[in-house]
Amino acid sequence: MTYHDKVLKVFGANRREVLVSVGAGGLTLGFSLAGKAQAQDDAVKPLNAYVSVAPNGTVTITAKNPEVGQGVKTMLPMLIAEELDVAWENVRIEQADNDPKAFGRQFAGGSMATPLHWDELRRVGAVARAMLIQAAATAWNCGPGDCTTDTGAVIHKASGKKRTYGSLALACANITPPDPKSLTLKDPKAYRILGKFTPQYDVAKIVNGEPLFGIDVRRPGMLYASIVKAPVFGAKVASADLDAARSVKGVKKAFVIEGDPNGLFPQGMTGQGLLPAVVVVADSWWAARKGRDRLNVKWADHPTAKLSTRGFDEQAAAFNAGTPQRNARNDGDVAAALKASARTVEAAYSYPFISHANLEPQNCTAEFRDGKLEIWAPTQNPEPGRQLTAKTLGLKPEDITIHMIRGGGGFGRRLANDYMVEAAWVAREVGAPVKLLWTREDDMAHDHYRPGGYHFFKGGVDADGALIALQDHFVSFTNNTEGQPSPSAGMAASEFPARFVPNVKYDVSMIPAQIPTGPLRAPGSNALSFVFQSFIDEMAHAASADPLAFQIRLLGTQDTVGEAPARYGAARMRGVLKAVGEMSGWASRGKLPKGEGMGVACYYSHQGYFAEVAHVAVDKDGAVKVRKVWVAADVGSQIINPAGALNQVQGSVLDGVSGALHQAITFENGATVQSNFTDYPLMRIAESFPVEVKFLKTDFPPTGLGEPALPPALPALTNAIFAATGKRIRSLPVTPDMLKA
Amino acid sequence: MAYTLNVNGKALSADVDGDTPLLWVLRDTLGLVGTKYGCGVAACGACTVHVDGQPMRSCQIPVEAVGKSKISTIEGMSKNAVGKRVQAAWMELDVAQCGYCQAGQIMSATALLTQTPRPTDAQIDEAMNGNLCRCATYVRIRAAIKRASGQKEA
Repeated sequence: MTYHDKVLKVFGANRREVLVSVGAGGLTLGFSLAGKAQAQDDAVKPLNAYVSVAPNGTVTITAKNPEVGQGVKTMLPMLIAEELDVAWENVRIEQADNDPKAFGRQFAGGSMATPLHWDELRRVGAVARAMLIQAAATAWNCGPGDCTTDTGAVIHKASGKKRTYGSLALACANITPPDPKSLTLKDPKAYRILGKFTPQYDVAKIVNGEPLFGIDVRRPGMLYASIVKAPVFGAKVASADLDAARSVKGVKKAFVIEGDPNGLFPQGMTGQGLLPAVVVVADSWWAARKGRDRLNVKWADHPTAKLSTRGFDEQAAAFNAGTPQRNARNDGDVAAALKASARTVEAAYSYPFISHANLEPQNCTAEFRDGKLEIWAPTQNPEPGRQLTAKTLGLKPEDITIHMIRGGGGFGRRLANDYMVEAAWVAREVGAPVKLLWTREDDMAHDHYRPGGYHFFKGGVDADGALIALQDHFVSFTNNTEGQPSPSAGMAASEFPARFVPNVKYDVSMIPAQIPTGPLRAPGSNALSFVFQSFIDEMAHAASADPLAFQIRLLGTQDTVGEAPARYGAARMRGVLKAVGEMSGWASRGKLPKGEGMGVACYYSHQGYFAEVAHVAVDKDGAVKVRKVWVAADVGSQIINPAGALNQVQGSVLDGVSGALHQAITFENGATVQSNFTDYPLMRIAESFPVEVKFLKTDFPPTGLGEPALPPALPALTNAIFAATGKRIRSLPVTPDMLKA
Repeated sequence: MAYTLNVNGKALSADVDGDTPLLWVLRDTLGLVGTKYGCGVAACGACTVHVDGQPMRSCQIPVEAVGKSKISTIEGMSKNAVGKRVQAAWMELDVAQCGYCQAGQIMSATALLTQTPRPTDAQIDEAMNGNLCRCATYVRIRAAIKRASGQKEA
């Protein structure tokens, strides 16, 4: 469906439309004008459109990016609405389809929606407002400078005359849009929408259980599919009892997908091919599942069938005993500095693979007709999915349409599009619309996991208590022939505290492991924060220093260190550390009862500076109760939507603690051991705790909040456990066995 | 086999195998997709419905066991006085992130407040502990239950 068709659908096909395309400075804005238009067909273009105004004043704003719970369907339109100067109650939001020509990159990842759109989308709103002002000025025969706006109307300043946007929209057809860069944006003091607690646009649909998610999509004549893949990643189908599956009532088809056994690992997270599989299609999902249970699939031998977590642990230990494969950073002379140190610490850290565990299992609906494919996908990354689907099915990308449907949790899992390719393949095979839905067990067995890792540290402090030496041998994983780290298994040479310590050495070795990995909320950072911030806390204790003061001292006195993209805002981090100390009553932590303690940690990721203090109590059986976490955050000058912002930060902290206390994916015989929430637990409400958040307002442009609050939560927790018990947590998850009195 | 179910006060019929879980009858046969599939083993609570007023995991109830029981789903909550209050609190506090678990959360919270109009924190923990929220919106879930029950939120 073109944008024009959609506008017709939205407003009713009996209205004529004038659509004006605005292209200036890379910005694209469309203005759809419903009314008595003298439309010329050549003026009607498939639009790169964000804004349309109906005669009754209703403003429709397009949400360009996929929504997976990060609140972007509400937040991005708020930017436009603010500068357009309309009442939020009069705004309707339409979810865009995948349409990179109209909208550029459309994805949910990296906490990038805010930094990428803060300026651009406010200017989209400002351009539309300027055009409406010009239309009124022309009608009144005055200059645009004689006019202003007030929530959906243009006002003539001298006379107080007023024209609603709805009455002016048509006249905008003849107006040349101004250069977006030429417009002056609002003073933040005048904001009426930004900074206001704004519930998600779809909140009523959510609480009423209306169809909203990928799993809720229904098409006329739709069938349901269940797909079985090998427990050992990529193993081929040796045999399957397809007839037994077909004998189940309601089953329409059962077939083998030969797939590409090597398709899992070629080009990172968007490069997955279609894996070997067996598919059962039925008139209900339950029937498909019953059919699947009778398949008795035998899988061919596979070279990775011996992989195991125990084997990884042994290989990591062997790497530690030997020579690292390569050096990533070598500042000063670590060996000499360690020798010269007053106190040294040596520690081995590790963390497991973990799973995204989106509550909505992976699913996708597809319909193949006349050589064209239509897809309804809860994806975070639609265009790479379209390209991958086109390549796998031998179609042209332009013959594939992707509707972005709300996802029941993203966390990075839906940046991969394996479920999309599967649904597309099955729909073509079946010749009917198909909803393909994974079981929970499929989802856990076929994730692109957050990779595990091992860090072997040495550190030294001098007699004055300064950290002068730090060495890390990082043992990570590679799942590709190029010997590059598996997706999300790398580490930047600038990883903190490099550049803040005179003698630093980072070495890297890699265990080959054909296990799919990928970004999980704050990729890299979600694990590196734990090991580095815990080890820094160890060094603080070795120096007999207050851990928070030690962190501030480590950050030095400069405002920034390094150059973009590895620039580190040391002053901003010192600011949040000081703030979290005040919020949490850090200075009084000595008064806590026995068995309780506070820990502090900070981490910079996704352009956000976060410092967090956790207060925990540990009982004699080793059970950890988190009493509270305080968060001080610096994400710049403006919190766009406090409703979503606070929710993201609180959820990130609970998510990080949930992982640290409970979660591990392990492998035996080349396959994932865990299968459901029974053996891969998530935090439940009884374990949850208050999270107090303070956003420090600074002069920097606003940045995103989907991820950066998570990384410091883990080491704040484990450092607090040390303060409470004297026991240092060096591997995750934390188990009561580690902490028993 | 044809079953007649009492769902949200309406008699609805479904021609399915008797072992089909109520969850899939609601979703695929009756088109009531507000009730969600999360785990299939009663570990997540996304499929919570009321059976004669009691919160139950519909993924574990074969349709043949439903009989004449009154089934209420999230689609019927706006007509339930307590449910409507819970929904309003959920909207005012903007509880959801992805929103996928929230139908189940609201069903459990409504059952709780129907039996215990002013629950303590411990009672909230007990009644809501079967409902996972992967986005971990628990701070707001607790606050919304307190708001719906007319108690101070924190």
